[in-house]
Amino acid sequence: MARETKTAAPSPGEGAAPPAQGPGAQDPGAAGQRREQRRRDRRSRRYRRDVKWSPYAYVAPFFLFFAAFGLFPLLYTGWAALHRVSLTDPNSMEFVGLHNFTRLWSDEFFWNALQNTVTIGLISTVPQLLMALGLAHLLNYKLRGSMFFRVVALTPYATSVAAATLVFVLLYGRDYGMINWALGTVGIDNIDWHNGTWTSQFAVSSIVIWRWTGYNTLIYLAAMQAIPNDLYESAALDGASRWQQFLHVTLPALRPTILFTCVVSTIGAMQLFGEPLLFGGSATGGPEHEYQTLGLYLYEQGWVNLHLGRASAIAWAMFLLLVLVALVNWLIARRLTKSEGGA
Amino acid sequence: MRFRTRTSRQAVVLAAVAALGAGLLAGCAEDKSDEPGGSSGGGEGGDGGKGKTTLTVGVFGTFGLKEAGLYDAYMKANPDVVIKQTSIERNENYYPQLLTHLGSGSGLADIQAVEVNNIAEVTATQADKLVDLGKAPGVDKDNFLDWKWQQGTAQNGSTIALGTDVGPQGICYRKDLFEKAGLPTDRDEVGKLWAGDWKKYLDVGKQYKAKAPKDSAFVDGAGGVMAAVTGSYEERFYDKDGKVVYKESAAVKEAWDVASAFATEGLTAKLQQFKPSWDQAFSNGRFATISCPAWMLGYIKEKGGDKAEGKWDVAQAPKPSNWGGSFLVVPKAGKNTEEAAKLAAWLTAPEQQAVLFEERGSFPSSTAAYDLPAVKDAKNPYFEGAPIGEIFAKAAEGAPVQILGPKDLIIAQNLADVGMLQVDQKGKSPDEGWKAAVKSIDNALDE
Repeated sequence: MARETKTAAPSPGEGAAPPAQGPGAQDPGAAGQRREQRRRDRRSRRYRRDVKWSPYAYVAPFFLFFAAFGLFPLLYTGWAALHRVSLTDPNSMEFVGLHNFTRLWSDEFFWNALQNTVTIGLISTVPQLLMALGLAHLLNYKLRGSMFFRVVALTPYATSVAAATLVFVLLYGRDYGMINWALGTVGIDNIDWHNGTWTSQFAVSSIVIWRWTGYNTLIYLAAMQAIPNDLYESAALDGASRWQQFLHVTLPALRPTILFTCVVSTIGAMQLFGEPLLFGGSATGGPEHEYQTLGLYLYEQGWVNLHLGRASAIAWAMFLLLVLVALVNWLIARRLTKSEGGA
Repeated sequence: MRFRTRTSRQAVVLAAVAALGAGLLAGCAEDKSDEPGGSSGGGEGGDGGKGKTTLTVGVFGTFGLKEAGLYDAYMKANPDVVIKQTSIERNENYYPQLLTHLGSGSGLADIQAVEVNNIAEVTATQADKLVDLGKAPGVDKDNFLDWKWQQGTAQNGSTIALGTDVGPQGICYRKDLFEKAGLPTDRDEVGKLWAGDWKKYLDVGKQYKAKAPKDSAFVDGAGGVMAAVTGSYEERFYDKDGKVVYKESAAVKEAWDVASAFATEGLTAKLQQFKPSWDQAFSNGRFATISCPAWMLGYIKEKGGDKAEGKWDVAQAPKPSNWGGSFLVVPKAGKNTEEAAKLAAWLTAPEQQAVLFEERGSFPSSTAAYDLPAVKDAKNPYFEGAPIGEIFAKAAEGAPVQILGPKDLIIAQNLADVGMLQVDQKGKSPDEGWKAAVKSIDNALDE
């Protein structure tokens, strides 16, 4: 309000000009100017309102959608987790308190799924990020047809999980799979990729690696191209080898990017679902639940066994675990930046 | 003046946005209100009064009704009806969606298909949301197999589901492999080898193994054997009072013992059904026999292809047994329940079931269809002209009135895909496999 009066203040001064010109035409001129003045006021008010509120209006769609499809499900899931609900009759809920959560402590299938999620997460994320880093470094050189390689790197990411996984299922077939055939030519017996704990987890991880390496490569590549060339030049002048340049120039500059990919990959690994589901063709994740991830166990409880309450509790457990992991990530990141500042 | 044009421009923009928005909204609304108008091209413009009725049918997999041309036939006979079908490939994705739609009363098709493994749960929990088809015009109880009719009837006596097909089983076998192993190849003689007892089937397996051609097993996997044996009993997983009894039931015990004997004796090709490697094994002749419900013959032909042409035949199973089959239900929430009930009645009438069998191999649940020449005299050229109508009708009529329960599917799946799979493919002892299966089932059934 105060501001409004301030902008309105010069108007008398402006309005005072005409009377000096012609006192005869004072009345109608003053009235017209006052009207013009009011119009201007209105316009500036509208303009200010526009500046102040429009940004909110522009971001509103996201928040509306988020509220409808993110926040509401999240809260509703939390509410459902406190109940015994069956998918056969989702509207009748029986309150059971924290039973669905406490039972997870003694639910060996849950712990098995958690363990699988962590193992598969590790054996898919670590090699994937390392390979992405290496590939990005190679692509960063002046290459003939570098555009082509960059597009190629991204194609697996653009492939649908379903299509990719089905092909991998065939590749990993026990009797007629191409991988076993190739191993056979060097004298290794058929491996049962689907039924061994390590073999199946490796197979599932390889699908994840195949799909996401290119994506991370491009992110690293973009960050690498933002590193000023002078740094490399002066490093070269100081006699640093390529490897030393990579170690002491590229890596430190990539630190925030690496952290970002780590966070994103961790979240992705935690939610791993499509690959193991399609690899086994069912929610059990192998005869001994060898590659049943948390996402898969959630799905089995909710959509196969039809226990929505239990599934909701698992979903919330996953959410809390992710929050925990994010916290740890944040702490590490803070520690890293601090040590950087100290050095 | 400048101000003037500015406002008018704003007004124009605003009007344009409003028009666009309205158009979008109208577009959405139009879709819905237009649906009964039909997309057949006839309903353009002024069909405000009596337009065509669109009936939607929701199914899983390649259900066959459309493929057999039944919709086209119905639309020809009833020009004011348009039938549309939506399909979801796997029942395990289709069924939860059907439940949520029934729960919310929206998103439903006028007619929905239900698989036999889910029918008990549907009749027990969803009966109040479904139309009683028992009283619909054109439905005759006497046309159906009694047990099929009972399965679709809820506790309150209303028949909410009409049977389409059933899955009477025979044993499909490779004649070339049988001949090499010194076994008879004529289908009557083969049937006699194991008639009356699943253990005889096991014995034939041992004989086969003694002289078996290299790289071939007697059956595909132990899971299929287990399903076939359980399918020949009245009481499997639930008793008459609806109690879960799979741990004690004679059916499960025999099925488990026989199937795990197949596994431990090394008579299986260690394959899991409906997996890519299983598909490949059909054309490669990796196994000599498989218990095959009528609907599987088409599958074998498709996967076996030219390479296995003339090598398969089908004989009677040791005991009459049933695996699979489906139903049609009409949700009350639909707009055209009356028309939908009429269509459902027509689709499940004996004549149409016979067509479905002729075209798709889905065996009728309508006994009245068994006397129609299309079924009675049916022969399958891919299986050496086996009289499949006769073979499967005998199995269907001899199959027991199975007691179904709401969680049949979960129990069957965990027994096969957790327990028996561990025995068959991971070399666990039958005891270990059984314990793992029980643990998994207990966890799945506990709400």
